[in-house]
Amino acid sequence: MNKLKMKNLNFPMLGKKTNNNRLVYLDNASTTFKHAYVIEAERKYETEYSANIHRGIYFISEKATREYEEVRSKVKHFINAKKETEIIFTSGSTGSLNLIAYSYGRTFLKKNDEIWISSLEHHSNIIPWQIICSEIGCKLRIIPINKDHTVKKIPFGKQAKLLAITCISNAIGVANPIRNWIKQAKERNIKVVLDAAQAVPHFKMDVQELDCDFLVFSGHKIYGPTGVGILYGKEKLLETMVPYQTGGDMVKEVTFQKTIYADLPAKFEAGTPNISGVIGFGAAIDFVNKIKFQPIAQNTIFQKAKEKLIQIGAKIVGEEFGKIQVPILSFTLQNIHPHDIATILDQKGIAVRAGHLCAQPLLNLLNVPALTRVSLGEYNTDNDIDSLIDGIKFVKKVLKC
Amino acid sequence: MLSEIYGDLILDHCRNPRNYGDIHNATHRICGHNPLCGDKIELTFIVKDNHIENIKFKGKGCAISQASASIMTNELLGKTTEEAILLFNVFHEMLTREDFSEKNIFVDSFFKKAGVFLNIKNFPTRVKCATLAWHSFNLALKENKPQQNDNIN
Repeated sequence: MNKLKMKNLNFPMLGKKTNNNRLVYLDNASTTFKHAYVIEAERKYETEYSANIHRGIYFISEKATREYEEVRSKVKHFINAKKETEIIFTSGSTGSLNLIAYSYGRTFLKKNDEIWISSLEHHSNIIPWQIICSEIGCKLRIIPINKDHTVKKIPFGKQAKLLAITCISNAIGVANPIRNWIKQAKERNIKVVLDAAQAVPHFKMDVQELDCDFLVFSGHKIYGPTGVGILYGKEKLLETMVPYQTGGDMVKEVTFQKTIYADLPAKFEAGTPNISGVIGFGAAIDFVNKIKFQPIAQNTIFQKAKEKLIQIGAKIVGEEFGKIQVPILSFTLQNIHPHDIATILDQKGIAVRAGHLCAQPLLNLLNVPALTRVSLGEYNTDNDIDSLIDGIKFVKKVLKC
Repeated sequence: MLSEIYGDLILDHCRNPRNYGDIHNATHRICGHNPLCGDKIELTFIVKDNHIENIKFKGKGCAISQASASIMTNELLGKTTEEAILLFNVFHEMLTREDFSEKNIFVDSFFKKAGVFLNIKNFPTRVKCATLAWHSFNLALKENKPQQNDNIN
């Protein structure tokens, strides 16, 4: 690894201007800036050995294949999977969840089987299951949420087959008690899908220790490229599952009568994948491996943001369900609509998320139509928080409240 | 630019919405919803002898969507349906057409009020906030269905 390139916080987007102000990017739970090392890795592939993988009998294709497969090995270590063959490259968490729903769901779920999800889910871990339910006649069950989020026992029915849960809410930063829930599921031989999209940027995930059957996450939330992500699945499960998409590179033998699928992981990677994305993703993992994850209580920038937001009259939402575990702060401010806040902050160069945050059912439970969300990345500074607070003062001034 | 969209007129209509409420014997009723941001408008109105005899709205959402609904109800009250459709078209073109020019407007008094939304064009993600009420009205009138529930995109 080039040490110069890995120099901490080398993000070309930092210091850019927007609306004649210094860009203050506070929407990292949505996507993060790309590290220079990530961009360089992609550029190198595109300009020095741009070729397809697993096909060409020539140097640059072999190099591309080697680099691509090396990332699989990096991901294996990153989440402590047993084997490389358990790592499938997808287009992202959403792509991975759809793969599980359509491949595992359509093959193994039967009428009246129960699929359990939590109240904190992103739409991407709700809708695929709704479709499977309407196709197969399964029942979508929701783990209720209460104060302190202390659901001790999930009321699994006899036909409970799948537990698909997010580790951390993208909307409010609160965690599900995944270890407790996985234990309950395992006692009943219920398969577990973990959506780790918001967890991976802030926690070390160990799939063997967690004993989940599937785990998904995205590259672009860990300073990598968009359009690439991971499906981890236990080998035995992946082997029994049918391909989700079919085409080139996922076969052993094709005749006009029948096809023998390739072994893992190729079985689930039909067509030419996002090669430069995967290679950039590998660089992003190198960067994340360098980050020293710290408990949220020690994240001084987050604590400052929270304190100052409260001081200025913001009401942080979601804490009634548990401690916020990642640097996500969703809030309401007097009666000001989040879209007005976001539009006015944007004029000061401050980018925040506003709206339903792809978690409408949770917002309904919280009884708020929309939220303003501030989410921090590795590169956010004290200065950014000062700009945010000044920005919110400006919002109040513009709206005369 | 910002003060032009969050000007006094919009803030006033947002805080003190005119024609706020529900007409129980409405001839037209529609729930307009912008799923992207959660803005909601419930619009009820009475068309009698081809005139908009009464019109009210209820809603939740951003300053722009609520002020736009409030101003719209003011403007539409008492108009014929033809005039109302014309105003819808003017408003819609004002926010969506690059080449829109004030010269096209012959309804000066309308433009004095609704014209405050002209600058929303510079905030593309917010155009739908301003047009939600108008699209809801147009849809309810055009389809002439007494009851419906639609997403307005």
